[in-house]
Amino acid sequence: MRADLNIIYDWVAPNAHVLDLACGDGVLLETLARDKGVTGYGLEIDPDGITRCVARGVSVIEHNLDDGLASFSDQSYDQVIMTQALQALRRPDKMLHEMLRVADEGIITFPNFAYWRHRVHLGLRGYMPVSKSLPHAWYDTPNIHLSTFNDFEHLCRDQGLVIVDRAVGVGNHRGHWTSRLWPNLFGEIAIFRVRRRA
Amino acid sequence: MPDSHSANTDSQLPPDSVGLITPETARFDTPLALACGKTLSAYDLVYETYGTLNAERTNAVLVCHALSGHHHAAGYHHPDDRKPGWWDAYIGPGKPVDTQRFFVISVNNLGGCHGSTGPLSHNPDTGRLWGPDFPVVTVSDWVHSQARLADRLGIERFAAVIGGSLGGMQVMQWSIDYPKRIANAAVIAATPKLSAQNIAFNEVARQAIRSDPDFADGWYAEHGSVPKRGLKLARMVGHITYLSADAMGSKFGRDLRSDDLHFGFGVEFQVESYLRYQGDTFSSSFDANTYLLMTKALDYFDPAAEYSGDLAQALAPAQCPFLVLSFSSDWRFPPSRSRELVDALIHAGKRVCSAIIDSPYGHDAFLLPEPRYQAIFSAFMQRAAQAAELAAPPTAQPEESQP
Repeated sequence: MRADLNIIYDWVAPNAHVLDLACGDGVLLETLARDKGVTGYGLEIDPDGITRCVARGVSVIEHNLDDGLASFSDQSYDQVIMTQALQALRRPDKMLHEMLRVADEGIITFPNFAYWRHRVHLGLRGYMPVSKSLPHAWYDTPNIHLSTFNDFEHLCRDQGLVIVDRAVGVGNHRGHWTSRLWPNLFGEIAIFRVRRRA
Repeated sequence: MPDSHSANTDSQLPPDSVGLITPETARFDTPLALACGKTLSAYDLVYETYGTLNAERTNAVLVCHALSGHHHAAGYHHPDDRKPGWWDAYIGPGKPVDTQRFFVISVNNLGGCHGSTGPLSHNPDTGRLWGPDFPVVTVSDWVHSQARLADRLGIERFAAVIGGSLGGMQVMQWSIDYPKRIANAAVIAATPKLSAQNIAFNEVARQAIRSDPDFADGWYAEHGSVPKRGLKLARMVGHITYLSADAMGSKFGRDLRSDDLHFGFGVEFQVESYLRYQGDTFSSSFDANTYLLMTKALDYFDPAAEYSGDLAQALAPAQCPFLVLSFSSDWRFPPSRSRELVDALIHAGKRVCSAIIDSPYGHDAFLLPEPRYQAIFSAFMQRAAQAAELAAPPTAQPEESQP
C-alpha cells in the first residue's frame, strides 16, 4: 500500500465503521476489513476503481464528492477517510465540515504544496511543480485547490477542529526526523487526523 | 436432476451461446395464497435452465424477468431463431453470468402468457379460461412461487438472484422475504417503487387496452377476438419510455420514409414506422390480460409501504451483498431511483456496490452489451462464485476487461 495508506491503517480502530471518500481500487478498505474487522463504504467516481472494488468485495458507491455527503446521516460513522482528494474538490472547506458531521473523526491526506522540491520547482526554476505526488501539468491537473501543511492546520483552527495526530509521507516511506520536525518543508504528503472540539 | 439442456453442437450458433434450449414445466398442486387474498389451487411454472447444477447444489442463479419478459433469457429454441433469449448478452459461457460455473434458472412468472399459469390458462373452478378473472399477482407472489420451484429443484440457497427493471424488484423482494436463501443480489435498472409518472404511463397503457372494443372486458379469447389495437398502443407508449430522447434522436432523427411530406396522417416519420412495427409485433405475441397484470404488479411494488415508507427498515432482514446498477440516460427508472435503494441499504448497514453506467440507450440499456456493465457485473458474479467456493471455469477467462 501507499505510505499514507499504511499510516492510516494504523490510525483506524479495530471494528470501526468507516467511510472512505475517493476509495480508489478499495485496497485500504479491503485490508482494514480483513485484518481489523472494519466495516463501511467507499465512494469513488472512477469506473475502473469501482470495478476493482467490486472484484475485491469492497462496498463501493459511485458518487461525486462535489455533490456533498447529504445522503449520509450525522454521526453515522466512527471515522471518515479521504486520501489524496481534498485538493481536487470544489470546496475543500465544506467537505471537511461535512466529514466531521457524519463522523467523530476525519483522516485526510493531500500533497503538501510547500514540500521543498515543490518550492525549488516554483521558487528557483519558476515552473509549477510536477512531482510524484503532483504528477499533472498545470493545464490538465484535477488538483484545483493545492495547499500546504500549514494551510490545512490553519483551516482546522478556523473550523474549530482539534488535530489529534499528524504525519508526513515522503515518496513511498514515512517521513524521517527532518520531515517530522519541519513537516511543511520536508513532508511530501500531509496526513492529518482531526476531531471536532469536544 | 436438472442437467444442462444445451446442445451446443450446432456450429451455426455462436460459441459463447448456451445453445439450443428446451423449456420445462413444473406442476404445483399445493395451493399458493396470494397477496390479494385469493388462492391459486394449482399452477404451472415454465422455466429454462442453463449450465449444470453441481453436486452440492450451491451454484444456482435465479434470473427474474421484466414486464414483457419470459423464461427464455438465453440461447435459442430453434437453430433458425432470429434472436436469442432476452439476456443472452449476459448469460452464457465466459459471459458475466458464466454458465460454465453457474446453473442458471429463468422462470416465466405467474400471470404470464408464455406457458406459466395465467389468464390464458383454464380456471379449474369454472372450466373457462381465467381471462380477466386471473387474480392480480404481486412481486411477492412471484417470489414465493419461485422459491417453491427452487424447493422442487433441490436448491436451498441461490448463489445469486439477478434481474433488471421489474426483475430487479423481484430481487429486492427475495432479499427481504428469503434472506437465508439468497447469497448475492443484483438489482439492475430498477426502483424501490414506481413514481406517479411511472404509474401514469402504466395507466395510459391499461386504458389503451381496456378501451379497445375487441377487449370485451377481458373475455376476448372466448369472443374469438384479440385487442390488438389496444395492446399495440400500450406497447408504443411503453416503448417510448424504454428509450432515451437521445437514442431515439440518433436512431431516427426527423428522417422521413419518403422524400416528401404528404400532409396526411399516414406513416411519414421513421420513428412512427418503428413504433408501429414494435406495437404490431408485440400485439401479436403478448396477451392483453397479462400486460394489465404485469403493470399492476409494477404499480403495487413498494416494500417500504408497510414500514411507513422507511425502505431501510423494509430491507432490514436482507443479509446478502447487493450490486445496484443504473444507466445514465434511463428516464423510466433513472439513477436517482437506484440511489434511493442504495441509500436505504447504507442506512440499513448492508453491503452494497453501486455504479451508474454511462449509456445513451435509456432503460433498454440493461439488455444491451456494454463493456463497463459487463466488467462490473462479471466482477460481482466472480465474487459470488468465490463465495460459493465454485471452481474456476475450465478455460481461463480474463480477470476483468478494462474498458
